[in-house]
Amino acid sequence: MQWETVIGLEVHVQLRTKSKLFSGASIAFGAEPNTQACEVDIALPGVLPVMNRDAAYMAVKLGLAIDATINIQSVFARKNYFYPDLPKGYQISQYEIPIVERGKLDIEVDGKKKTIGITRAHLEEDAGKSLHEEFHSNTGIDLNRAGTPLVEVVSEPDMRSPAEAVAYLKKLHALVRYLDICDGNMQEGSFRCDANISMRPKGQEKLGIRAEIKNINSFRFVEKAIEYEIERQIDVLEGGGEVVQETRLYDAAKNETRSMRSKEEAHDYRYFPDPDLPPLMLDDEFIQSTKDSLPELPAAKRQRFIDQYRLSDYDAGVLTTSRELADYYETVAANAGDAKLAANWVSGELAAYLNKESLDLDQAPISAELLGGLVKRITDNTISGKIAKDIFEAMWVGGGDADSIIDSKGLKQISDSGALEKIVDETIAANPGQAEQYKNGETKLIGYFVGQIMKATQGKANPKQVNEILKKKLG
Amino acid sequence: MALDPTDVRKIAELARLEISDSELTIYTHSLAQILDLVGQMNVVDTTGISPMAHPSDSPLRLRQDLVTEQDHREGFQKIAPATESGLYLVPKVIE
Repeated sequence: MQWETVIGLEVHVQLRTKSKLFSGASIAFGAEPNTQACEVDIALPGVLPVMNRDAAYMAVKLGLAIDATINIQSVFARKNYFYPDLPKGYQISQYEIPIVERGKLDIEVDGKKKTIGITRAHLEEDAGKSLHEEFHSNTGIDLNRAGTPLVEVVSEPDMRSPAEAVAYLKKLHALVRYLDICDGNMQEGSFRCDANISMRPKGQEKLGIRAEIKNINSFRFVEKAIEYEIERQIDVLEGGGEVVQETRLYDAAKNETRSMRSKEEAHDYRYFPDPDLPPLMLDDEFIQSTKDSLPELPAAKRQRFIDQYRLSDYDAGVLTTSRELADYYETVAANAGDAKLAANWVSGELAAYLNKESLDLDQAPISAELLGGLVKRITDNTISGKIAKDIFEAMWVGGGDADSIIDSKGLKQISDSGALEKIVDETIAANPGQAEQYKNGETKLIGYFVGQIMKATQGKANPKQVNEILKKKLG
Repeated sequence: MALDPTDVRKIAELARLEISDSELTIYTHSLAQILDLVGQMNVVDTTGISPMAHPSDSPLRLRQDLVTEQDHREGFQKIAPATESGLYLVPKVIE
């Protein structure tokens, strides 16, 4: 049977506020356990939550960026369950009326564009952390994370392959970084994904029974976990069985998902409006000022790169995948004097080096200004593109700026026509046979002469001039 | 509205409340009475009335995003039954 995969994603986006959603405790990562957990966070009796204005601002920013409806009135509810890292016995979340509803995000897989619906995005607080090891068969609880503001972004079941799921996730990740509402750090858990996966016979309308995979903390794992789950479910279905609706945990080390049955019976959260919190009301002024504060979004930036820098749609797409990369590119372009060439260096040489050494852009040893300075020297004919690659390598390992490397290594391109003519004459004289063949119509041999001249000048001869002089002298 | 003892058992379990068999009868009866009252209110025609999320008319008060809390771990952990390395200890939770 032909199966169709149906995937919906729930992404927890940790907001980049300074303090918690309902208390004035810090949310900075990495503090000593329980030093950032105040009375409200640890749920001492008699405390009351007071909401963080910036959390609402950031949620609205996201809502506007995904073309969603912003609910002027949204309601906080209690989601009730018992777990030691949830001191109140309930999580404050939004249930019936979330702050953001009905948005969308465009993705692209293998050149094919597709719109993924976003059902809702609601504000909620994070739980603490349970540490299961080394406490004489006890569990250790750190409540620093309890109360940290999250926006949970729930997609429609619109994705049909692991690749689409990853594309959606990357798009959302880039967007929250663009909006500066989340640091996007997946290792630290600032951007976490749960995936709902079900299979149905191709052509069938009705959705199959889904399993939810939790705890996926990298783009690669999302792909792997979904791939594994698809195979597992097909095996179950083709073996005549039924998929059980359950929560499963992805184990990256074993590359498998496994059932978390312990949580199943607790799936009755008994939501009700939190009596401690009246509805969150947003006025037009709040929404308008949030709208005014939105930065240039990826799609608009991509179009601008095409218009302003005359880049191809593909190049513009690559260079706007993240705000950091786009900013880096614009700085290179501004310094280089040739936007297209700048684009080639950023998505070519720079990307290749970063990839080879598994570095992020912010760890690149060459700043955008310095790379721009290097490209500038190609633009103004000081060096050839080939020499530039050697200089790039030297800059990468800390050799300083392009100009000082050009000076110290004597790499300046030879563009003096007198000097070049002399070299060309010598080369022709040293290769009389090839010169004769060229004259007899084997014009492809010009490449041979260029090669000889480059060798003699260690690549410093201006290739364009060499070509012209050669043609003149040989012809 | 009818409420049977198994419903009450389930509600108690979800709330982590231990109730004896004799209490079960009492709770089943009194909870059913509460639901009867809700049933009476349900008779009222509420067409055109928007649901109320909170009895107070005032909107949610928002505060500025500032870190205003200091570390009081030592004080808080004095009343905790067990702590170690700054963590609260609880009986092992198995996932």
